[in-house]
Amino acid sequence: MQGGISVEMPEPNPAVLARRAQIVARLQSVLPPDAVIHDPHETRAYECDALTAYRCAPLAAVLPSTTDEVAAVLRICHEEAVPVVPRGSGTSLAGGAMPTADSVILGVARLRSVLQIDTANRFIHVQTGMTNLSVTGAVEGDGFFYAPDPSSQLACAIAGNIAMNSGGAHCLKYGVTTNNLLGVTLVLMNGEVVTLGGPFVDAAGYDLLGVVCGSEGQLGVVTEAWLRILPKPEGARPVLIGFDSNEVAGACVTDIIKAGILPVAIEFMDRPCIRATEDFAKAGYPDCEALLIVEVEGSEAEIDAQLGLIRDIAARHDPVEFRESRSEVESQKIWLGRKSAFGAMGQINDYMCLDGTIPVSALPHVLKRIGEMSREYGLDVANVFHAGDGNMHPLILFDANKPGDLERCEAFGADILKLCVEVGGCLTGEHGVGIEKRDLMTVQYAPDDLEAQMRVKDVFDPRWLLNPAKVFPLVVSQARRAA
Amino acid sequence: MRPGTEAELAEAIQGATGPLRLRGGGTRPVGRPLTGAVLETGGLAGIRLYEPGALTVVAGAGTTVADLEALLHDSGQRLPFEPMDHRGLFGTTGAPTLGGMVAANASGPRQVQAGACRDSLIGLRFVDGQGAVVKNGGRVMKNVTGYDLVKLMAGTWGTLGVITEVAFKLLPAPEAAATLVFDSHAPEQAVQAMAAALGSPYEVNGAAHLPDGRTVLRIEGFAASVRYRAGELAALLARFGAARLLDREETAALWLQVRDVAPFHAPPGDVWRVSCTPSDAPLLAARAQGKALFDRGGGILWLLVDEGTDLRARLGPFAGHATLIRASEETRRALPPFHPEQPAVAALAAGLRQRFDPRGVLNTGLME
Repeated sequence: MQGGISVEMPEPNPAVLARRAQIVARLQSVLPPDAVIHDPHETRAYECDALTAYRCAPLAAVLPSTTDEVAAVLRICHEEAVPVVPRGSGTSLAGGAMPTADSVILGVARLRSVLQIDTANRFIHVQTGMTNLSVTGAVEGDGFFYAPDPSSQLACAIAGNIAMNSGGAHCLKYGVTTNNLLGVTLVLMNGEVVTLGGPFVDAAGYDLLGVVCGSEGQLGVVTEAWLRILPKPEGARPVLIGFDSNEVAGACVTDIIKAGILPVAIEFMDRPCIRATEDFAKAGYPDCEALLIVEVEGSEAEIDAQLGLIRDIAARHDPVEFRESRSEVESQKIWLGRKSAFGAMGQINDYMCLDGTIPVSALPHVLKRIGEMSREYGLDVANVFHAGDGNMHPLILFDANKPGDLERCEAFGADILKLCVEVGGCLTGEHGVGIEKRDLMTVQYAPDDLEAQMRVKDVFDPRWLLNPAKVFPLVVSQARRAA
Repeated sequence: MRPGTEAELAEAIQGATGPLRLRGGGTRPVGRPLTGAVLETGGLAGIRLYEPGALTVVAGAGTTVADLEALLHDSGQRLPFEPMDHRGLFGTTGAPTLGGMVAANASGPRQVQAGACRDSLIGLRFVDGQGAVVKNGGRVMKNVTGYDLVKLMAGTWGTLGVITEVAFKLLPAPEAAATLVFDSHAPEQAVQAMAAALGSPYEVNGAAHLPDGRTVLRIEGFAASVRYRAGELAALLARFGAARLLDREETAALWLQVRDVAPFHAPPGDVWRVSCTPSDAPLLAARAQGKALFDRGGGILWLLVDEGTDLRARLGPFAGHATLIRASEETRRALPPFHPEQPAVAALAAGLRQRFDPRGVLNTGLME
C-alpha cells in the first residue's frame, strides 16, 4: 500500500456547504441525471486518488460528456464560488485529484471519443477521458504510437497526463507529454472555451499550451487534445546488465550517454528492489547489487550495432552479467521485473514512493547518501528509476502499524528530496506536486519564483477556484485563495 | 545600457522611466517596430556549467550561439533543435545570442524529430518588468515541479521578462548524415512524399521542399545505420521517383540553406512563416501567390510575397497561424506581425503582460 503523509487542507467554505442543495440542483439542470453524483455513499468513490492517505468526500462529483457540459458546470461553480477539482482516472500519486468537502469533482471519464486520426499529418485528436494506452491502441493498427508511457498507462487519462505533464520509461528518446502535445481545448473557470494550438507544429503567440501542460488542473479543464503520434520503430530490444555496486552502475549510465548512443530507456534497480521483484515476479534477475535495463530501437542490424557498443562500455565496468534478449519472450522477461517492481514492494511492505530528479552525474553520490540516510533513519530503501534522465524513484519501506515509522518515513523522504534539490535537481520529475510535495516547494523555489507562477494562475483563474489547495504551500497561496 | 550582471540588469529595469528595447545580438528585427532605450544582454555571457555525461549545459543569456556551438562541437554534442540564424534573411550582422534565440524560440528543420527550442530548454532565469529575478525549471531533463514557465518564456520576444540564463538538454552529434534528393516534385507530391517519409520508421529528421522543385529528406546517426535507412527509404518512396544521395558535407551545406531560408535572402519582398497542417500547405502556398519553401514536412511554410501583401487575407481561414517575419517597418505597423488571436486567448496574453510587466517597459507592443 501507499504510505500516508500528514496533509493539511483548507477548511471548507461554510457558505458553500450551506448552499449544497441549491448547487446540486443547478448542476442537475445542465447535466443528465446520472452525471451528477451527490449521494454521500456514492461521492465516497471520489474521496481520494492513488495517494490514499488523505480522504475527504467532495460536495458532489459530475461526469460531463461534452465540452459544452464542462463549460456549463464551470460557469455554475464560478458563479457559486465552488472550488472545482478536475479528475482524470484518479491515478495521481501526488494527490492531484484529492477533493475538499466544499468542492465539486469534475471527472472526464465520459469524454472518451476519438475525434480524428490523421496518420499523414501524424496526429490524433481525442477527448481527454481516453486512457493513455487506448490512444496508442487507436493508431497502432496504422503502425503508429503515442510516446509518453507512464506506468499507469492502462488506467490513466490523457487529461491527467496533460495536467501532470506525465513522463514514462521511454521519454529519454521521445520526451514527456509536453513534447508530444500539439493543442488543447481548454475550458476556463468562468466557462469560457479556448483553443490553444491545434494540428500543427507550434502554437501561435505566447506558449500558453506549454504552461497549461503540467499546471495540475489549476488553469483550466482540458477536454480535447491534439497529440503527436509517431511511427513505430522497426524493432526494440533490451539488455540487462548486472553490477556489483550502485556506483559502478551509475558510472556506466554516464558512459553510455557520453558515447553518443541514445537508448529509448535506461532503467536502474538496486539490490533490495531486485530481491523483492525476484520473489514476486520470478523474472530470473541475477543476484547482484544493481542492474540496468537498457533498451535500443531500430532494425535488427542497428540494434546489434548499438548493443555491441553498449557491451563494450559495460565491459569496462566489470559487469557480473550481460544478458541480451534473443526473443520477444526474453525481452518481456527482462522488463517483467522492472514493471512489477512497485507491486512487488507493496507485497512485502508499506512504502512511500519518491520522484525527485537529479543530474545524471550526481547518481553515485546521491545513491551513496541515500544509503547513509537509510542507516541513520533505520528504514530500508529500494531504488528503481529512470536512470537515463536522472528521474529517481526511491521507495522507502516502513511499517504502518509500527508507531513512529510513518513519521520517520516522511522525514526521510523530505531529506531525500532536499538532497535532490541540493545537487541541482528537483522535487518531482513526473508525478507532480499535488498536495504531497506542496510544502517542500520553498526548498526549490524562492518567494519571487513562486510569485511568478501564482501570477499565471491569477490570470487564468482570478478567484482561485480550480484545484486551489495544490502545488503552492497553503501559507503562500492563502491571501489569493481567501480573496 | 549594457549590464554585466543579472543584478545590474535588474537594477536597470527597476530604474527604467520609459520603454526599453531589448537587444541580444540584434539579428532578429521581428514584430512591431519599437521605441525606447536599448538594453543589451551581451554582457551576461559565459558558460556556467557543461556536463557532457548528463547531456546538459547552462549558460548566460548573452553567450553567443556560435560560442556555445563551438564548445559542444568539441565534445561531439549539439543543440537538438537546429536554431535558425536570421542574419541572412534580414541582412543583420550581429552575433545571435542564446537569450535572443530563446526569446524567438528559434528552431530549425530537426523540429520534426527533436522538437523546437522550447522542447530542449530545461531551465531559465529572467528579470521581470519590475526588476524581480525569477528562476524556473533547472538543469535536469524531467521536472514537473510547479508551473512550466520555461515553455511560457520561450517565444515571448522579451515581453514578459528579460532572460538572463538558460539551460538546455543536448544530443550527441551523429557520426554520419545523408540526404535523399528528389529533383522535381510538385508541392502536392512533395508533401505526400514527406508524409510517407516522416511516417516511416527510418527516423527522418529533416523534410523540406524547396522553391526549385527539390524535395529533400535527411537521415542522421551511426554510419551503417544511415546507409541502411537511406536505402530503405529510397525503396519506400520509389513511387515518388528516383532519389539522389548527398553525402555528409553536402547534407550539412544543404540543411543550413533550408534552416535559414536561404532562397529568400536575396529577392525583395515580405517573408512570412506559416504554421499549418502539412497536407494543407500546398493549397495555402497556391493561395499566397508567391514563392514557397516547405519545411518540417510542410508543417512550416515559408512564403515570399510582394511587399505590403496582407497574406492572411489571401490565405483565408485555416488551421494554424501566419507570422510576418521580414517586412519594412511601415508594413509591420500596418499588419500585425503576429497572428491575431481568439479574444479570450488575447485576454490571457494581455493579463500575463499586465502581471509580469505592469509598467509596460519590456519590448512594449512587439507582439500586439
